[in-house]
Amino acid sequence: MKADPVGVAKGSYFMDGDHACAEGAIAAGCRFFAGYPITPSTEIAERIAERFPKVGGMFIQMEDELASMAAIIGAAWTGTKTMTVTSGPGFSLMMENIGLAVMMETPCVVVDVQRGGPSTGLPTLTGQADMMQARWGSHGDYELIALSPNSSQECFDLIITAFNLAEQWRVPVLFMMDECVGHMTEKVVIPDAYEITITPRKFYRGKKKDFKPYKFNGHTKIAPMVKAGDGYFFHITGLTHDERGYPLINAEAQQTNVQHLVDKINKNVDKISIVEEDNITDADVIVVSYGISSRVALKAVEFARKNGIKVGTLRLVTVWPFPEKRIKQLASQVKAFIIPEINMGQISLEIERCAAGQAPTILVPHAGGWVHDPKDIFQAIEEAVA
Amino acid sequence: MTEVATQSKKGETKPKNEKPKAVLRDDYEHPMEIYLRIERFPHIWCATCGIGTVLTAFISGLEKSKLDIEKVTVVSGIGCTGRTAGYLRLDSFHTTHGRAIPFATGLALGNPKLKVVVISGDGDLTAIGGNHFIHAARRNLDLTIICVNNFNYAMTGGQAGPTTPMEAIASTAPYGCYEYPFNLPFLAESSGAVFVARWTALHIRRLTNTIAEALLKPGFSFIEVICPCATLYARRNRLGDGLDLMRFYHDNAIIKHGANTREVDIEYQKQIIVGKFVDIDKPTFLQQRDRFLKNKLGNQFIPYKEPVS
Ligand SMILES: Cc1ncc(C[n+]2csc(CCOP(=O)(O)OP(=O)(O)O)c2C)c(N)n1
Ligand code: SF4
Ligand SMILES: [Mg+2]
Repeated sequence: MKADPVGVAKGSYFMDGDHACAEGAIAAGCRFFAGYPITPSTEIAERIAERFPKVGGMFIQMEDELASMAAIIGAAWTGTKTMTVTSGPGFSLMMENIGLAVMMETPCVVVDVQRGGPSTGLPTLTGQADMMQARWGSHGDYELIALSPNSSQECFDLIITAFNLAEQWRVPVLFMMDECVGHMTEKVVIPDAYEITITPRKFYRGKKKDFKPYKFNGHTKIAPMVKAGDGYFFHITGLTHDERGYPLINAEAQQTNVQHLVDKINKNVDKISIVEEDNITDADVIVVSYGISSRVALKAVEFARKNGIKVGTLRLVTVWPFPEKRIKQLASQVKAFIIPEINMGQISLEIERCAAGQAPTILVPHAGGWVHDPKDIFQAIEEAVA
Repeated sequence: MTEVATQSKKGETKPKNEKPKAVLRDDYEHPMEIYLRIERFPHIWCATCGIGTVLTAFISGLEKSKLDIEKVTVVSGIGCTGRTAGYLRLDSFHTTHGRAIPFATGLALGNPKLKVVVISGDGDLTAIGGNHFIHAARRNLDLTIICVNNFNYAMTGGQAGPTTPMEAIASTAPYGCYEYPFNLPFLAESSGAVFVARWTALHIRRLTNTIAEALLKPGFSFIEVICPCATLYARRNRLGDGLDLMRFYHDNAIIKHGANTREVDIEYQKQIIVGKFVDIDKPTFLQQRDRFLKNKLGNQFIPYKEPVS
């Protein structure tokens, strides 16, 4: 399906990532937004507040992030595409109901414009230290999808992908920006509506009495949804449940339900995962990065290449689910992975796990507040090949 | 069975007055069964629990309101009362502890044609969910909130909560509760609710009528129902069984319509003032929003429309 032209502000702009993200969401068909202001994500909410009344959207500023997250799940069950945005402390508050969205298999998009933490940390300065929280932040076992844009243009393009993935897999999709990407202003081209592909909600069309909100038999078929108010009289719960959505409190039901939640993502990594590779084939060293760090790393890579080092790059566009297979393959052919990230080592641990001793993984950590000095990344590359 | 009670209003497969098919046994017959997920019975509630009475009153009130039940959605939080949504054969959502109101907010704003009802416990709605409660009332969202007040956190074993009266014993107040409790009708009114009432589980007919009225009232309506929890609250406080509690309500409930909500505090084992306290008219969140934005933006304003499938 093509985007609704009403929401597509076609043109060429000089725009920051936050605003581009808001425009992308509107273009993607998002018409319900609930949020609570927090730096450095507030500009997204502000832009939505301004634009929504003119595109037929419903904006509400809630009393906190717990409420915001709950509201977008409720709204999603009216058939609308929903989003909330936050940063740091607000992301922590959303965790409880991100789990509810996972359990209820509710499509929605949660944007986290990362700042320095823990706690109030560095409200106005960048960080990438919520990457593991994105993966593990809510209690229990589950899988979801997380994306990480690295430019204003990508904030626009990729948030559309985020909405599409949410519908395709009936899962909350986390959009892991960082303060630099959110506040960096650069060129953004918003294309014609007909150039934007949208995944519409898949609605159930069968007999009313046969409707079940879930399908656990096989990870290839995601059950179509219905909307509240259409006469299906359906029930859904955050409790462990069967395909009818009815609570079942026993180990067997838990196995079936959780296995399904995990399988529908894990067994489809190849369909979900997006990585960007460059000069990989004969690389001695591969720099793995995401978000703003991937832009900073380019400088170091360029310098290393000038110095005759064979460096490849791999950018995680989707961070979760993790491209485990690909990293395993590459681990057998390179001397080392270099991972610059604005945290004390999160995705590097995942690379280490996948490399499983085949290649060393070298973390270039940064506690946040600013981006890496490319020299530090270059130095790590140099040491790896020495 | 009345016509309103026939689920297949839009005439799907069933002729209008055919008896609904029971799921558990062929001979199962209960006038309310088409509103209930009979296949989930027996329910989890204890004998003499007041929640079942509230469920019954809700169904009767719903019938009485003559609302199109396809458009009525029920949301519950977590607790004994929180299980209510799961037994109702309506579009129903069992959410997280305290978050029923914001979840319901999403439903109500996502599809303004829905009538969204929240049925949940005193702890769920006014402790962990207290902030959502006051803000939904302040916004005058079009929601009907039915709060089962059993003076404790029953589901988790009878701990003290924001409604536990002073002196009452609870599992986490083994020597008696020494905190000031909420006066819920006062909280609701001062936060902005347009309709506020209180009944006990004994006042079934009045509660039913009030529920019907609240369902038809645009804006934030709040009904507190004082309910027996014989298993925990009454047992710990040696107040007898469910029947004793009903007797207590009979002897101590005083009907005072229009009472000043400031004066309807509930003290331990003292009188319980019941009735309809507040019924005023005020534009709802959506009416206010649409009027305001239309005024400011003129033709640029595109009203929100619920999606079509
Ligand atoms: C975040 C969270 N904290 C605590 C709990 C545990 N819990 C479940 S129900 C409940 C209290 C319910 O009390 P109330 O809302 O009064 O309902 P009742 O059982 O009395 O009907 C608590 C504390 C939970 N489920 N989630
Ligand atoms: S514990 Fe109390 S509130 Fe819960 S079902 Fe039993 S009587 Fe009702
Ligand atoms: Mg209670």
